[in-house]
Amino acid sequence: MSAPLRVAIVGSGPAGFYAANDLLKRDPASRVELFDRLPTPGGLVRSGVSPDHAARREVIATYERLAMASHRFRFHGNIEIGRQLTHEDLLRCHHAVIYACGSAGDRRLGIPGEDLPGSHAATSFVSWYNGHPDFAAQSFDLSCERAIVIGNGNVALDVARMLLLGHDRLHPTDVADHALRAFAESRIREVVVLGRRGAAQCAFTTPELLELGHHDLDVRVEHAASAGAKPAGRDARAYAVQLKLRLLDEYAARAALPDARRLVLRFLNSPLAIVGRDRVETLRVVRNRLVSGGRGDLVAESTGEISEITAGLVLRAVGYRGLPVVGLPFDAARGIVPNVGGRIVGENRRPMRGAYVAGWLKRGPSGVIGTNKGCSQETVACLLQDFAGDRLPIPDIDDQGTQRLLTERCPDRVDYLGWKKIDRHERLGGMDQQRLRVKLVDLQRMTAVASGRF
Amino acid sequence: MSYVITGTCVNDGACVDVCPVDCIHPTPAEPGFLGADMLYIDPDVCVSCNACAEACPVGAVMDEKSLPPELLRYRDINAEFSRLRKDS
Ligand SMILES: Cc1cc2nc3c(=O)[nH]c(=O)nc-3n(C[C@H](O)[C@H](O)[C@H](O)COP(=O)(O)OP(=O)(O)OC[C@H]3O[C@@H](n4cnc5c(N)ncnc54)[C@H](O)[C@@H]3O)c2cc1C
Ligand code: SF4
Ligand code: SF4
Repeated sequence: MSAPLRVAIVGSGPAGFYAANDLLKRDPASRVELFDRLPTPGGLVRSGVSPDHAARREVIATYERLAMASHRFRFHGNIEIGRQLTHEDLLRCHHAVIYACGSAGDRRLGIPGEDLPGSHAATSFVSWYNGHPDFAAQSFDLSCERAIVIGNGNVALDVARMLLLGHDRLHPTDVADHALRAFAESRIREVVVLGRRGAAQCAFTTPELLELGHHDLDVRVEHAASAGAKPAGRDARAYAVQLKLRLLDEYAARAALPDARRLVLRFLNSPLAIVGRDRVETLRVVRNRLVSGGRGDLVAESTGEISEITAGLVLRAVGYRGLPVVGLPFDAARGIVPNVGGRIVGENRRPMRGAYVAGWLKRGPSGVIGTNKGCSQETVACLLQDFAGDRLPIPDIDDQGTQRLLTERCPDRVDYLGWKKIDRHERLGGMDQQRLRVKLVDLQRMTAVASGRF
Repeated sequence: MSYVITGTCVNDGACVDVCPVDCIHPTPAEPGFLGADMLYIDPDVCVSCNACAEACPVGAVMDEKSLPPELLRYRDINAEFSRLRKDS
């Protein structure tokens, strides 16, 4: 052991901040340097979580406490690992590296017409309305009356809600300015959310479903096929399914609101093709029925009954996917970095010395913010065991040398104070307009604000 | 009188760590935790000490008395899950 333990964490989303917290707490001498390719910490808490759910962004304030409470913690934003610094560079300065880079890629449907204008990944749409700098220049045509969201998870409901809430409801939030303007001009009156299987199989959570009832939306439910679907069991998952089916029954029984914007939850339908001459015009779908999948599960089977839905915008929300990280092994089928309990393993399942993974990049893109806490704690426990067992490589560059290297390679890096300047700038900008914040979406402007030049 | 967890919950279990009467479930150590949409407070056991509300990073826990109308349903949801859990 060569104390004190020095760890680099790559990625400042939930997995990164839970890992940092846990390390600093469990090894009171340890030092943590946290890197992110963006100048702003938080990962999907900033760029995924919906603007109308901004209370959840408060978990980013964890950094505040870390940075305030500990001189052993440092944040380095605007540094992409694999580009400005390599894995080898990090291991010269630290005993270990924890990768918590999330799952920034998207899954495709694999159907004809998927690349027509008007067909997009929900990942891009979400990043756009949340002001992620990589997506700020994109545009989405909201001039049609109906949009279709393919997928049955919370992201699908987030996207559908955002399309329907309207300018007045979104104005006070931290939705990106460019998106707020687009939503103000949107002509979308109806969003159809399409699920392959039945209501009992959907991955929406109960709070998201319950919330739909609070927005003066005309919520319609089609082909829920909930009859006979009541799950056995009394655990939290079974309870959630029972509650969801009940909520859907309530929506189905509600009187229609003919003047309100409409949200249609249509189950048991799979997309076959996106059709249009120069852009999306219709979505061809096939009706499914549920059959036993053999392992006690129910799977969708086509009935052959085909229909079309007219729409000008199709967003696929069928999952995120991890992207390979330079210098690390990658399991392309699962979109994760192969690991055992967080220890990155290469060929022959042998651990790579000093290399760890946490969060979505470790487990795949599922689970809520808090799910990453236990996940990161497991990784940290492995790392501390390896440190105690002298199984970590010994860094040959000391702390001063590390800071020199950073200054040399990453002149535009944004430290914690730099981020606080961005944060303050965004909040002040919002105050003038009665908005929560006005996000900066241009990297150059962000670094300028962070360094006090603007 | 009891405290109630609402839909903002992000399942980080911070409330579980501070509750003096262990009335919040499923805990991260319980098997149902990963499949839970949120955590729930058992109103029969809660002593309304406010510790969970202070610990919650996202303001998801509220005193039942201060629930706004659109969140009232969470009172029943917390109670219903807690009953179901105890019956099993
Ligand atoms: C649209 C959407 C809405 C969601 N809403 C909710 C919600 O309301 N409530 C909830 O509890 N959960 C929600 N979730 C889930 C939650 O966001 C995730 O569980 C969580 O963010 C995953 O954490 P992570 O740290 O693994 O990844 P991420 O949050 O994605 O963080 C990864 C970080 O790594 C950085 N990074 C990537 N590559 C590099 C590199 N090479 N060098 C440096 N940095 C890098 C990225 O910039 C990013 O900051 C939502 C998810 C999505 C997609
Ligand atoms: S108010 Fe106190 S007793 Fe009730 S759930 Fe919260 S921490 Fe537990
Ligand atoms: S502390 Fe708050 S967010 Fe965390 S589990 Fe408890 S209620 Fe949910």
